[in-house]
Amino acid sequence: MSFWNDPLKVAADWLLGIFTGWGMPVPAANILIGFLGVLILISILMVLDIGLVWVERKVVARFQDRIGPNRLGPFGLIQPFADIIKLMIKEDTTPGGADKVVYNIAPMLSMMSVLILWAVVPLAPTILGVDLNIGVLYIIAAGAIGTLSIIMGGWSSNNKYALIGAFRQVAVMISFEIPMLATLLIPTILAGSMGTAAIIERQDVWYVLLSPLGALIFLVAAIAELGRAPFDLAEGESELVSGYNIEYSGMKFGMFYAGELLHAFTFGGFWAILFFGGYRFLGLEQVSPFLAIAVILFKAFIGYWLIMWVRYTLLRIRIDHMLAFNWKFLTPLAFTLIIVTALMHALLSGTPAWLYLAGMFLSNILVAWSALEIARSYSRREREKVDGKKAVEVGH
Amino acid sequence: MTGEQIIFLVVAFVTLFAGLMVVTARNLVHAALWLVAALFGVAVTYALLHANFLAVVQVVVYIGAIAILFIFAVMLTRKDMRDQGPQMNKNWWLGAALAVLTFGGLYLMLQGWSGMSRTAAVYPSGFDAVAELGNELVSPAGYVLPFEVASVLLVAALVGAVYVAFNRK
Repeated sequence: MSFWNDPLKVAADWLLGIFTGWGMPVPAANILIGFLGVLILISILMVLDIGLVWVERKVVARFQDRIGPNRLGPFGLIQPFADIIKLMIKEDTTPGGADKVVYNIAPMLSMMSVLILWAVVPLAPTILGVDLNIGVLYIIAAGAIGTLSIIMGGWSSNNKYALIGAFRQVAVMISFEIPMLATLLIPTILAGSMGTAAIIERQDVWYVLLSPLGALIFLVAAIAELGRAPFDLAEGESELVSGYNIEYSGMKFGMFYAGELLHAFTFGGFWAILFFGGYRFLGLEQVSPFLAIAVILFKAFIGYWLIMWVRYTLLRIRIDHMLAFNWKFLTPLAFTLIIVTALMHALLSGTPAWLYLAGMFLSNILVAWSALEIARSYSRREREKVDGKKAVEVGH
Repeated sequence: MTGEQIIFLVVAFVTLFAGLMVVTARNLVHAALWLVAALFGVAVTYALLHANFLAVVQVVVYIGAIAILFIFAVMLTRKDMRDQGPQMNKNWWLGAALAVLTFGGLYLMLQGWSGMSRTAAVYPSGFDAVAELGNELVSPAGYVLPFEVASVLLVAALVGAVYVAFNRK
Protein backbone atom coordinates (compact mmCIF):
# COMPACT_ATOMS: atom_id res chain seq x y z
CA MET A 1 0.00 0.00 0.00
CA SER A 2 1.63 3.20 -1.12
CA PHE A 3 0.88 6.86 -0.52
CA TRP A 4 -0.65 7.24 -3.97
CA ASN A 5 -3.23 4.50 -3.38
CA ASP A 6 -4.41 5.34 0.11
CA PRO A 7 -2.90 8.66 1.20
CA LEU A 8 -5.02 9.08 4.30
CA LYS A 9 -4.15 5.75 5.88
CA VAL A 10 -0.45 6.00 5.02
CA ALA A 11 -0.25 9.48 6.51
CA ALA A 12 -2.13 8.37 9.63
CA ASP A 13 0.15 5.35 10.11
CA TRP A 14 3.23 7.55 9.63
CA LEU A 15 2.00 10.06 12.21
CA LEU A 16 1.04 7.26 14.61
CA GLY A 17 4.59 5.92 14.35
CA ILE A 18 6.03 9.35 15.16
CA PHE A 19 3.68 10.07 18.05
CA THR A 20 4.10 6.66 19.69
CA GLY A 21 7.84 7.10 19.20
CA TRP A 22 7.55 10.18 21.42
CA GLY A 23 6.05 7.97 24.12
CA MET A 24 2.43 8.92 23.54
CA PRO A 25 -0.16 6.19 24.26
CA VAL A 26 -1.90 4.85 21.13
CA PRO A 27 -5.48 6.09 21.91
CA ALA A 28 -4.22 9.61 22.64
CA ALA A 29 -2.18 9.56 19.41
CA ASN A 30 -5.27 8.44 17.48
CA ILE A 31 -7.34 11.29 18.92
CA LEU A 32 -4.59 13.76 18.05
CA ILE A 33 -4.41 12.42 14.48
CA GLY A 34 -8.19 12.73 14.18
CA PHE A 35 -7.99 16.36 15.29
CA LEU A 36 -5.16 17.02 12.82
CA GLY A 37 -7.24 15.50 10.03
CA VAL A 38 -10.18 17.77 10.86
CA LEU A 39 -7.85 20.78 11.04
CA ILE A 40 -6.33 20.02 7.64
CA LEU A 41 -9.73 19.45 6.00
CA ILE A 42 -11.11 22.71 7.42
CA SER A 43 -7.99 24.63 6.37
CA ILE A 44 -8.27 23.32 2.82
CA LEU A 45 -11.97 24.24 2.77
CA MET A 46 -11.25 27.76 3.99
CA VAL A 47 -8.60 28.24 1.31
CA LEU A 48 -11.09 26.90 -1.23
CA ASP A 49 -13.59 29.39 0.17
CA ILE A 50 -11.22 32.25 -0.68
CA GLY A 51 -11.14 30.91 -4.22
CA LEU A 52 -14.94 30.74 -4.25
CA VAL A 53 -15.17 34.47 -3.51
CA TRP A 54 -13.18 35.09 -6.70
CA VAL A 55 -15.22 32.57 -8.71
CA GLU A 56 -18.50 34.04 -7.53
CA ARG A 57 -17.49 37.60 -8.31
CA LYS A 58 -16.08 36.68 -11.70
CA VAL A 59 -19.12 34.62 -12.69
CA VAL A 60 -21.68 37.19 -11.54
CA ALA A 61 -19.78 39.80 -13.52
CA ARG A 62 -20.03 37.68 -16.67
CA PHE A 63 -23.75 37.08 -16.14
CA GLN A 64 -24.26 40.82 -15.73
CA ASP A 65 -22.13 41.67 -18.76
CA ARG A 66 -19.21 43.06 -16.76
CA ILE A 67 -15.59 41.94 -16.39
CA GLY A 68 -15.42 41.67 -12.61
CA PRO A 69 -12.23 41.92 -10.54
CA ASN A 70 -9.34 42.55 -12.95
CA ARG A 71 -6.83 44.93 -11.33
CA LEU A 72 -5.04 42.85 -8.72
CA GLY A 73 -2.96 40.05 -10.17
CA PRO A 74 -3.78 38.01 -13.28
CA PHE A 75 -7.58 37.87 -13.79
CA GLY A 76 -8.03 39.67 -10.47
CA LEU A 77 -6.92 36.56 -8.58
CA ILE A 78 -5.49 38.55 -5.67
CA GLN A 79 -8.74 40.45 -5.18
CA PRO A 80 -10.22 38.02 -2.59
CA PHE A 81 -7.10 38.39 -0.42
CA ALA A 82 -7.55 42.15 -0.50
CA ASP A 83 -11.20 41.62 0.46
CA ILE A 84 -10.15 39.49 3.41
CA ILE A 85 -7.59 42.04 4.62
CA LYS A 86 -10.28 44.69 4.40
CA LEU A 87 -12.71 42.54 6.42
CA MET A 88 -10.04 41.78 9.03
CA ILE A 89 -8.99 45.37 9.70
CA LYS A 90 -12.51 46.78 9.60
CA GLU A 91 -13.88 48.08 12.88
CA ASP A 92 -15.80 45.38 14.70
CA THR A 93 -19.04 47.04 15.73
CA THR A 94 -21.74 45.76 18.03
CA PRO A 95 -25.06 47.61 17.82
CA GLY A 96 -26.40 49.20 20.99
CA GLY A 97 -28.92 47.00 22.76
CA ALA A 98 -27.62 43.91 21.02
CA ASP A 99 -27.50 40.66 22.90
CA LYS A 100 -23.70 40.32 22.88
CA VAL A 101 -23.23 36.59 23.50
CA VAL A 102 -25.91 35.47 21.06
CA TYR A 103 -24.75 38.09 18.55
CA ASN A 104 -21.21 36.72 18.61
CA ILE A 105 -22.14 33.04 18.55
CA ALA A 106 -24.41 33.34 15.49
CA PRO A 107 -21.69 33.79 12.79
CA MET A 108 -19.67 30.95 14.28
CA LEU A 109 -22.68 28.63 14.22
CA SER A 110 -23.41 29.67 10.64
CA MET A 111 -19.90 28.71 9.48
CA MET A 112 -19.95 25.57 11.61
CA SER A 113 -23.21 24.31 10.14
CA VAL A 114 -21.52 24.33 6.72
CA LEU A 115 -18.17 22.88 7.80
CA ILE A 116 -19.68 19.92 9.65
CA LEU A 117 -21.39 18.87 6.43
CA TRP A 118 -17.97 17.90 5.06
CA ALA A 119 -17.67 15.13 7.66
CA VAL A 120 -19.89 12.95 5.46
CA VAL A 121 -18.58 14.01 2.05
CA PRO A 122 -16.69 11.09 0.48
CA LEU A 123 -13.87 12.69 -1.54
CA ALA A 124 -12.55 9.35 -2.78
CA PRO A 125 -13.23 5.68 -1.98
CA THR A 126 -10.70 5.81 0.86
CA ILE A 127 -10.92 9.50 1.79
CA LEU A 128 -13.99 10.02 3.92
CA GLY A 129 -14.42 11.77 7.25
CA VAL A 130 -16.84 9.31 8.76
CA ASP A 131 -18.99 6.68 7.09
CA LEU A 132 -22.25 7.49 8.89
CA ASN A 133 -25.06 5.07 8.05
CA ILE A 134 -27.46 8.02 8.36
CA GLY A 135 -25.54 10.40 6.09
CA VAL A 136 -28.51 12.01 4.34
CA LEU A 137 -30.33 12.76 7.60
CA TYR A 138 -27.14 14.35 8.88
CA ILE A 139 -27.38 16.90 6.04
CA ILE A 140 -30.81 17.96 7.32
CA ALA A 141 -29.56 18.09 10.91
CA ALA A 142 -26.70 20.41 9.90
CA GLY A 143 -29.26 22.58 8.09
CA ALA A 144 -31.20 22.83 11.37
CA ILE A 145 -28.15 24.36 13.03
CA GLY A 146 -27.83 26.82 10.14
CA THR A 147 -31.46 27.87 10.65
CA LEU A 148 -30.74 28.42 14.32
CA SER A 149 -27.72 30.61 13.55
CA ILE A 150 -29.82 32.87 11.31
CA ILE A 151 -32.58 33.33 13.85
CA MET A 152 -29.98 34.04 16.55
CA GLY A 153 -28.20 36.62 14.38
CA GLY A 154 -31.44 38.29 13.36
CA TRP A 155 -32.86 38.51 16.84
CA SER A 156 -29.74 39.55 18.74
CA SER A 157 -28.93 42.46 16.39
CA ASN A 158 -31.75 44.54 17.91
CA ASN A 159 -32.76 45.73 14.46
CA LYS A 160 -36.18 45.22 12.97
CA TYR A 161 -34.89 44.70 9.45
CA ALA A 162 -32.60 41.98 10.72
CA LEU A 163 -35.48 40.36 12.59
CA ILE A 164 -37.82 40.47 9.60
CA GLY A 165 -35.07 39.06 7.40
CA ALA A 166 -34.46 36.25 9.87
CA PHE A 167 -38.17 35.46 10.02
CA ARG A 168 -38.40 35.26 6.26
CA GLN A 169 -35.27 33.18 5.91
CA VAL A 170 -36.35 30.74 8.61
CA ALA A 171 -39.80 30.45 7.05
CA VAL A 172 -38.11 29.53 3.76
CA MET A 173 -35.69 27.10 5.37
CA ILE A 174 -38.12 25.16 7.52
CA SER A 175 -40.64 24.82 4.71
CA PHE A 176 -38.18 23.78 2.00
CA GLU A 177 -36.62 21.29 4.38
CA ILE A 178 -39.62 19.05 3.74
CA PRO A 179 -39.29 18.55 -0.05
CA MET A 180 -35.54 18.30 0.48
CA LEU A 181 -35.92 15.52 3.04
CA ALA A 182 -38.38 13.79 0.72
CA THR A 183 -36.00 13.90 -2.26
CA LEU A 184 -33.09 12.76 -0.08
CA LEU A 185 -35.10 9.58 0.47
CA ILE A 186 -35.07 8.80 -3.26
CA PRO A 187 -31.33 7.95 -3.47
CA THR A 188 -31.87 6.15 -0.17
CA ILE A 189 -34.55 3.95 -1.72
CA LEU A 190 -32.48 3.36 -4.88
CA ALA A 191 -29.25 2.55 -3.03
CA GLY A 192 -30.81 0.82 -0.04
CA SER A 193 -28.68 2.86 2.35
CA MET A 194 -28.63 6.33 3.87
CA GLY A 195 -24.82 6.49 3.94
CA THR A 196 -23.23 8.82 1.39
CA ALA A 197 -20.39 6.36 0.70
CA ALA A 198 -22.82 3.49 0.03
CA ILE A 199 -24.97 5.72 -2.21
CA ILE A 200 -21.93 6.46 -4.39
CA GLU A 201 -20.73 2.86 -4.45
CA ARG A 202 -24.10 1.56 -5.65
CA GLN A 203 -24.52 4.25 -8.31
CA ASP A 204 -23.59 2.18 -11.35
CA VAL A 205 -26.15 4.25 -13.25
CA TRP A 206 -26.29 7.90 -12.24
CA TYR A 207 -29.42 8.41 -10.18
CA VAL A 208 -30.25 11.48 -12.20
CA LEU A 209 -31.22 9.05 -14.98
CA LEU A 210 -33.33 6.97 -12.60
CA SER A 211 -34.93 10.00 -10.98
CA PRO A 212 -34.52 13.21 -13.00
CA LEU A 213 -37.47 14.79 -11.20
CA GLY A 214 -35.92 13.98 -7.81
CA ALA A 215 -32.67 15.66 -8.85
CA LEU A 216 -34.58 18.74 -9.98
CA ILE A 217 -36.63 19.02 -6.77
CA PHE A 218 -33.45 18.60 -4.72
CA LEU A 219 -31.80 21.44 -6.61
CA VAL A 220 -34.79 23.75 -6.10
CA ALA A 221 -34.99 22.89 -2.40
CA ALA A 222 -31.22 23.36 -2.04
CA ILE A 223 -31.36 26.81 -3.63
CA ALA A 224 -34.16 27.77 -1.22
CA GLU A 225 -32.24 26.33 1.71
CA LEU A 226 -29.24 28.43 0.70
CA GLY A 227 -31.40 31.54 0.56
CA ARG A 228 -30.22 32.43 -2.93
CA ALA A 229 -32.24 34.05 -5.68
CA PRO A 230 -35.05 33.48 -6.58
CA PHE A 231 -35.55 32.65 -2.90
CA ASP A 232 -33.40 35.42 -1.40
CA LEU A 233 -36.22 37.30 0.30
CA ALA A 234 -34.21 37.37 3.50
CA GLU A 235 -31.79 39.78 1.86
CA GLY A 236 -34.30 41.78 -0.18
CA GLU A 237 -31.92 44.76 -0.35
CA SER A 238 -34.67 47.09 -1.56
CA GLU A 239 -36.87 46.22 1.42
CA LEU A 240 -34.62 44.95 4.19
CA VAL A 241 -31.21 46.37 3.25
CA SER A 242 -29.44 43.06 3.82
CA GLY A 243 -31.65 40.99 6.10
CA TYR A 244 -30.42 39.09 9.11
CA ASN A 245 -26.75 40.09 8.74
CA ILE A 246 -27.37 43.84 8.40
CA GLU A 247 -25.64 44.76 11.69
CA TYR A 248 -22.60 42.57 11.25
CA SER A 249 -19.33 44.10 10.17
CA GLY A 250 -15.79 42.95 9.56
CA MET A 251 -14.96 39.28 9.86
CA LYS A 252 -18.28 38.46 11.52
CA PHE A 253 -20.03 39.47 8.31
CA GLY A 254 -17.23 37.62 6.52
CA MET A 255 -18.18 34.43 8.34
CA PHE A 256 -21.79 34.69 7.14
CA TYR A 257 -20.66 35.52 3.61
CA ALA A 258 -18.00 32.81 3.40
CA GLY A 259 -20.39 30.34 4.99
CA GLU A 260 -23.00 31.12 2.35
CA LEU A 261 -20.56 30.62 -0.53
CA LEU A 262 -19.17 27.40 0.90
CA HIS A 263 -22.72 26.22 1.58
CA ALA A 264 -23.64 26.71 -2.07
CA PHE A 265 -20.52 24.81 -3.16
CA THR A 266 -21.26 22.07 -0.62
CA PHE A 267 -24.78 21.62 -1.94
CA GLY A 268 -23.33 21.43 -5.45
CA GLY A 269 -21.20 18.61 -4.04
CA PHE A 270 -24.17 16.86 -2.46
CA TRP A 271 -26.10 17.13 -5.71
CA ALA A 272 -23.17 15.41 -7.40
CA ILE A 273 -22.95 12.76 -4.68
CA LEU A 274 -26.64 11.92 -4.59
CA PHE A 275 -27.52 12.10 -8.29
CA PHE A 276 -24.33 12.27 -10.39
CA GLY A 277 -22.21 9.44 -9.04
CA GLY A 278 -20.00 11.47 -6.70
CA TYR A 279 -16.35 10.66 -7.29
CA ARG A 280 -17.14 7.99 -9.90
CA PHE A 281 -16.48 8.77 -13.54
CA LEU A 282 -15.61 6.09 -16.13
CA GLY A 283 -13.55 4.15 -13.59
CA LEU A 284 -11.17 7.07 -12.98
CA GLU A 285 -11.66 6.66 -9.21
CA GLN A 286 -9.99 3.23 -9.40
CA VAL A 287 -6.80 4.74 -10.89
CA SER A 288 -5.92 7.08 -8.06
CA PRO A 289 -7.73 8.70 -5.13
CA PHE A 290 -6.38 12.06 -6.27
CA LEU A 291 -8.20 11.68 -9.59
CA ALA A 292 -11.35 10.81 -7.63
CA ILE A 293 -11.01 14.04 -5.64
CA ALA A 294 -10.55 15.97 -8.88
CA VAL A 295 -13.70 14.34 -10.31
CA ILE A 296 -15.89 15.16 -7.30
CA LEU A 297 -14.58 18.72 -7.09
CA PHE A 298 -15.26 19.18 -10.80
CA LYS A 299 -18.82 17.89 -10.40
CA ALA A 300 -19.34 20.05 -7.31
CA PHE A 301 -18.17 23.09 -9.27
CA ILE A 302 -20.64 22.29 -12.04
CA GLY A 303 -23.44 22.12 -9.44
CA TYR A 304 -22.20 25.38 -7.89
CA TRP A 305 -22.08 27.03 -11.28
CA LEU A 306 -25.65 25.91 -11.98
CA ILE A 307 -26.80 27.40 -8.66
CA MET A 308 -25.06 30.66 -9.60
CA TRP A 309 -26.62 30.57 -13.06
CA VAL A 310 -30.10 30.31 -11.51
CA ARG A 311 -29.25 32.99 -8.96
CA TYR A 312 -28.14 35.61 -11.43
CA THR A 313 -30.80 34.85 -14.04
CA LEU A 314 -34.06 34.75 -12.09
CA LEU A 315 -35.78 37.52 -10.19
CA ARG A 316 -36.79 37.36 -6.57
CA ILE A 317 -40.28 36.00 -5.96
CA ARG A 318 -42.73 37.17 -3.32
CA ILE A 319 -42.91 35.31 -0.01
CA ASP A 320 -46.53 34.20 -0.40
CA HIS A 321 -45.80 32.89 -3.90
CA MET A 322 -42.78 31.06 -2.59
CA LEU A 323 -44.63 29.44 0.31
CA ALA A 324 -47.57 28.52 -1.94
CA PHE A 325 -45.13 27.02 -4.46
CA ASN A 326 -43.54 24.96 -1.72
CA TRP A 327 -46.59 23.76 0.17
CA LYS A 328 -49.09 23.40 -2.68
CA PHE A 329 -46.81 22.17 -5.44
CA LEU A 330 -43.34 21.01 -4.45
CA THR A 331 -44.18 19.13 -1.24
CA PRO A 332 -47.09 17.06 -2.69
CA LEU A 333 -44.99 16.42 -5.80
CA ALA A 334 -42.03 15.22 -3.74
CA PHE A 335 -44.22 12.91 -1.66
CA THR A 336 -45.90 11.50 -4.77
CA LEU A 337 -42.49 10.94 -6.27
CA ILE A 338 -41.29 8.97 -3.22
CA ILE A 339 -44.37 6.74 -3.34
CA VAL A 340 -43.99 6.15 -7.08
CA THR A 341 -40.24 5.53 -6.78
CA ALA A 342 -40.69 3.06 -3.91
CA LEU A 343 -43.44 1.19 -5.81
CA MET A 344 -41.47 1.07 -9.07
CA HIS A 345 -38.36 -0.02 -7.20
CA ALA A 346 -40.26 -2.87 -5.57
CA LEU A 347 -41.92 -3.90 -8.85
CA LEU A 348 -38.84 -3.72 -11.06
CA SER A 349 -36.11 -4.84 -8.65
CA GLY A 350 -35.72 -8.29 -10.27
CA THR A 351 -35.84 -7.15 -13.88
CA PRO A 352 -32.92 -6.49 -16.28
CA ALA A 353 -31.09 -3.20 -15.90
CA TRP A 354 -32.43 -1.55 -19.07
CA LEU A 355 -36.05 -2.27 -18.09
CA TYR A 356 -35.42 -0.92 -14.58
CA LEU A 357 -33.84 2.23 -15.99
CA ALA A 358 -36.63 2.77 -18.54
CA GLY A 359 -39.38 2.13 -15.99
CA MET A 360 -37.89 4.52 -13.44
CA PHE A 361 -37.23 7.22 -16.01
CA LEU A 362 -40.68 7.01 -17.58
CA SER A 363 -42.47 6.97 -14.23
CA ASN A 364 -40.60 10.16 -13.27
CA ILE A 365 -41.52 11.83 -16.54
CA LEU A 366 -45.14 10.77 -16.04
CA VAL A 367 -45.26 12.21 -12.50
CA ALA A 368 -43.69 15.48 -13.69
CA TRP A 369 -46.05 15.75 -16.65
CA SER A 370 -49.19 15.09 -14.61
CA ALA A 371 -48.07 17.57 -11.92
CA LEU A 372 -47.59 20.23 -14.59
CA GLU A 373 -50.99 19.41 -16.15
CA ILE A 374 -52.74 19.71 -12.76
CA ALA A 375 -50.99 23.02 -12.08
CA ARG A 376 -51.88 24.29 -15.54
CA SER A 377 -55.57 23.39 -15.30
CA TYR A 378 -55.71 25.01 -11.85
CA SER A 379 -54.17 28.22 -13.11
CA ARG A 380 -56.52 28.20 -16.11
CA ARG A 381 -59.51 27.97 -13.77
CA GLU A 382 -58.15 30.80 -11.63
CA ARG A 383 -57.60 32.94 -14.70
CA GLU A 384 -61.11 32.24 -15.97
CA LYS A 385 -62.48 33.29 -12.59
CA VAL A 386 -60.57 36.58 -12.77
CA ASP A 387 -61.49 37.12 -16.43
CA GLY A 388 -65.15 36.38 -15.66
CA LYS A 389 -65.13 38.98 -12.90
CA LYS A 390 -63.57 41.51 -15.24
CA ALA A 391 -66.20 40.76 -17.90
CA VAL A 392 -68.96 41.34 -15.35
CA GLU A 393 -67.37 44.62 -14.26
CA VAL A 394 -67.08 45.79 -17.85
CA GLY A 395 -70.72 44.80 -18.45
CA HIS A 396 -71.87 47.06 -15.65
CA MET B 1 -12.05 6.25 33.87
CA THR B 2 -12.21 5.93 30.10
CA GLY B 3 -12.37 8.81 27.66
CA GLU B 4 -15.98 7.99 26.88
CA GLN B 5 -16.97 8.34 30.53
CA ILE B 6 -15.24 11.70 30.80
CA ILE B 7 -17.10 12.92 27.70
CA PHE B 8 -20.35 11.59 29.15
CA LEU B 9 -19.79 13.41 32.46
CA VAL B 10 -19.01 16.69 30.70
CA VAL B 11 -22.01 16.38 28.39
CA ALA B 12 -24.33 15.39 31.23
CA PHE B 13 -23.18 18.37 33.29
CA VAL B 14 -23.67 20.76 30.37
CA THR B 15 -27.12 19.30 29.64
CA LEU B 16 -28.24 19.62 33.26
CA PHE B 17 -26.86 23.14 33.53
CA ALA B 18 -28.65 24.14 30.32
CA GLY B 19 -31.85 22.57 31.64
CA LEU B 20 -31.53 24.60 34.82
CA MET B 21 -30.96 27.77 32.82
CA VAL B 22 -34.11 27.05 30.75
CA VAL B 23 -36.29 27.46 33.84
CA THR B 24 -34.30 30.25 35.51
CA ALA B 25 -33.43 32.53 32.58
CA ARG B 26 -35.48 35.72 32.70
CA ASN B 27 -35.30 36.40 28.99
CA LEU B 28 -37.62 34.02 27.17
CA VAL B 29 -35.49 33.85 24.01
CA HIS B 30 -32.47 33.00 26.16
CA ALA B 31 -34.52 30.26 27.80
CA ALA B 32 -35.37 28.88 24.35
CA LEU B 33 -31.70 28.96 23.33
CA TRP B 34 -30.71 27.17 26.53
CA LEU B 35 -33.37 24.59 25.66
CA VAL B 36 -31.60 24.09 22.34
CA ALA B 37 -28.35 23.51 24.23
CA ALA B 38 -30.03 20.97 26.51
CA LEU B 39 -31.58 19.13 23.56
CA PHE B 40 -28.22 19.09 21.81
CA GLY B 41 -26.67 17.57 24.94
CA VAL B 42 -29.27 14.79 24.81
CA ALA B 43 -28.34 14.21 21.14
CA VAL B 44 -24.68 13.86 22.11
CA THR B 45 -25.67 11.35 24.79
CA TYR B 46 -27.48 9.29 22.14
CA ALA B 47 -24.38 9.43 19.95
CA LEU B 48 -22.26 8.19 22.87
CA LEU B 49 -24.61 5.20 23.11
CA HIS B 50 -23.95 4.46 19.38
CA ALA B 51 -27.56 5.42 18.58
CA ASN B 52 -26.62 7.59 15.59
CA PHE B 53 -30.08 7.60 14.10
CA LEU B 54 -31.73 8.78 17.30
CA ALA B 55 -29.05 11.43 17.77
CA VAL B 56 -29.62 12.91 14.33
CA VAL B 57 -33.41 12.67 14.63
CA GLN B 58 -33.14 14.47 17.96
CA VAL B 59 -31.34 17.34 16.23
CA VAL B 60 -33.66 17.40 13.21
CA VAL B 61 -36.94 17.19 15.11
CA TYR B 62 -36.25 18.93 18.39
CA ILE B 63 -33.76 21.60 17.36
CA GLY B 64 -34.68 21.95 13.70
CA ALA B 65 -38.43 22.05 14.20
CA ILE B 66 -39.67 22.32 17.76
CA ALA B 67 -37.07 24.70 19.22
CA ILE B 68 -37.25 26.96 16.16
CA LEU B 69 -41.05 27.10 16.49
CA PHE B 70 -40.65 27.92 20.20
CA ILE B 71 -38.36 30.81 19.37
CA PHE B 72 -40.73 31.99 16.67
CA ALA B 73 -43.71 31.89 18.99
CA VAL B 74 -41.82 33.67 21.77
CA MET B 75 -40.68 36.41 19.41
CA LEU B 76 -44.13 36.95 17.96
CA THR B 77 -46.20 36.95 21.13
CA ARG B 78 -44.50 39.33 23.55
CA LYS B 79 -43.02 42.71 22.99
CA ASP B 80 -41.08 42.86 26.22
CA MET B 81 -39.60 39.40 26.60
CA ARG B 82 -38.55 39.91 30.21
CA ASP B 83 -40.46 38.40 33.09
CA GLN B 84 -40.61 40.87 35.96
CA GLY B 85 -42.44 38.90 38.63
CA PRO B 86 -40.87 36.62 41.22
CA GLN B 87 -39.62 33.33 39.83
CA MET B 88 -40.75 31.18 42.76
CA ASN B 89 -43.92 30.96 44.80
CA LYS B 90 -44.16 30.01 48.46
CA ASN B 91 -44.19 26.27 47.74
CA TRP B 92 -40.60 26.26 46.52
CA TRP B 93 -39.34 24.20 49.50
CA LEU B 94 -41.91 21.47 48.74
CA GLY B 95 -40.68 21.24 45.16
CA ALA B 96 -37.07 21.16 46.29
CA ALA B 97 -37.81 18.44 48.84
CA LEU B 98 -39.61 16.36 46.20
CA ALA B 99 -36.69 16.75 43.80
CA VAL B 100 -34.15 15.71 46.47
CA LEU B 101 -36.32 12.74 47.49
CA THR B 102 -36.70 11.60 43.87
CA PHE B 103 -32.96 11.92 43.28
CA GLY B 104 -32.18 10.02 46.50
CA GLY B 105 -34.67 7.28 45.67
CA LEU B 106 -33.33 6.84 42.15
CA TYR B 107 -29.76 6.84 43.47
CA LEU B 108 -30.54 4.10 46.00
CA MET B 109 -32.46 2.07 43.43
CA LEU B 110 -29.79 2.27 40.75
CA GLN B 111 -26.97 1.45 43.21
CA GLY B 112 -27.59 -2.27 42.81
CA TRP B 113 -28.20 -2.15 39.04
CA SER B 114 -25.48 -3.81 36.99
CA GLY B 115 -26.17 -1.61 33.94
CA MET B 116 -24.67 1.36 35.76
CA SER B 117 -21.08 0.28 35.23
CA ARG B 118 -21.49 -1.16 31.72
CA THR B 119 -20.27 0.64 28.62
CA ALA B 120 -22.21 0.69 25.35
CA ALA B 121 -21.77 -2.51 23.36
CA VAL B 122 -19.87 -2.23 20.07
CA TYR B 123 -21.85 -3.37 17.04
CA PRO B 124 -20.47 -6.40 15.20
CA SER B 125 -19.12 -5.46 11.75
CA GLY B 126 -21.75 -5.39 9.02
CA PHE B 127 -24.52 -4.71 11.53
CA ASP B 128 -26.74 -1.91 10.25
CA ALA B 129 -28.66 -0.49 13.20
CA VAL B 130 -30.83 1.75 11.00
CA ALA B 131 -31.89 -1.18 8.80
CA GLU B 132 -32.73 -3.20 11.93
CA LEU B 133 -34.80 -0.33 13.27
CA GLY B 134 -36.64 0.02 9.97
CA ASN B 135 -37.39 -3.71 9.80
CA GLU B 136 -38.64 -3.74 13.38
CA LEU B 137 -40.97 -0.81 12.70
CA VAL B 138 -42.75 -2.50 9.80
CA SER B 139 -42.57 -6.20 10.68
CA PRO B 140 -45.77 -7.74 12.13
CA ALA B 141 -43.71 -9.45 14.84
CA GLY B 142 -42.19 -6.08 15.77
CA TYR B 143 -43.79 -2.72 16.27
CA VAL B 144 -45.98 -2.33 13.19
CA LEU B 145 -49.18 -1.76 15.21
CA PRO B 146 -47.87 1.03 17.48
CA PHE B 147 -46.12 2.55 14.45
CA GLU B 148 -49.33 2.64 12.41
CA VAL B 149 -51.40 3.90 15.35
CA ALA B 150 -48.90 6.72 15.87
CA SER B 151 -49.09 7.58 12.14
CA VAL B 152 -52.90 7.73 12.31
CA LEU B 153 -52.65 9.97 15.37
CA LEU B 154 -50.27 12.31 13.55
CA VAL B 155 -52.52 12.45 10.48
CA ALA B 156 -55.48 13.21 12.77
CA ALA B 157 -53.50 16.05 14.37
CA LEU B 158 -52.59 17.38 10.91
CA VAL B 159 -56.21 17.25 9.71
CA GLY B 160 -57.31 18.93 12.93
CA ALA B 161 -54.78 21.73 12.48
CA VAL B 162 -55.92 22.28 8.88
CA TYR B 163 -59.57 22.30 10.01
CA VAL B 164 -58.89 24.88 12.73
CA ALA B 165 -56.89 27.11 10.39
CA PHE B 166 -59.24 26.70 7.43
CA ASN B 167 -60.78 29.97 6.32
CA ARG B 168 -64.36 29.20 5.29
CA LYS B 169 -65.59 31.77 2.83
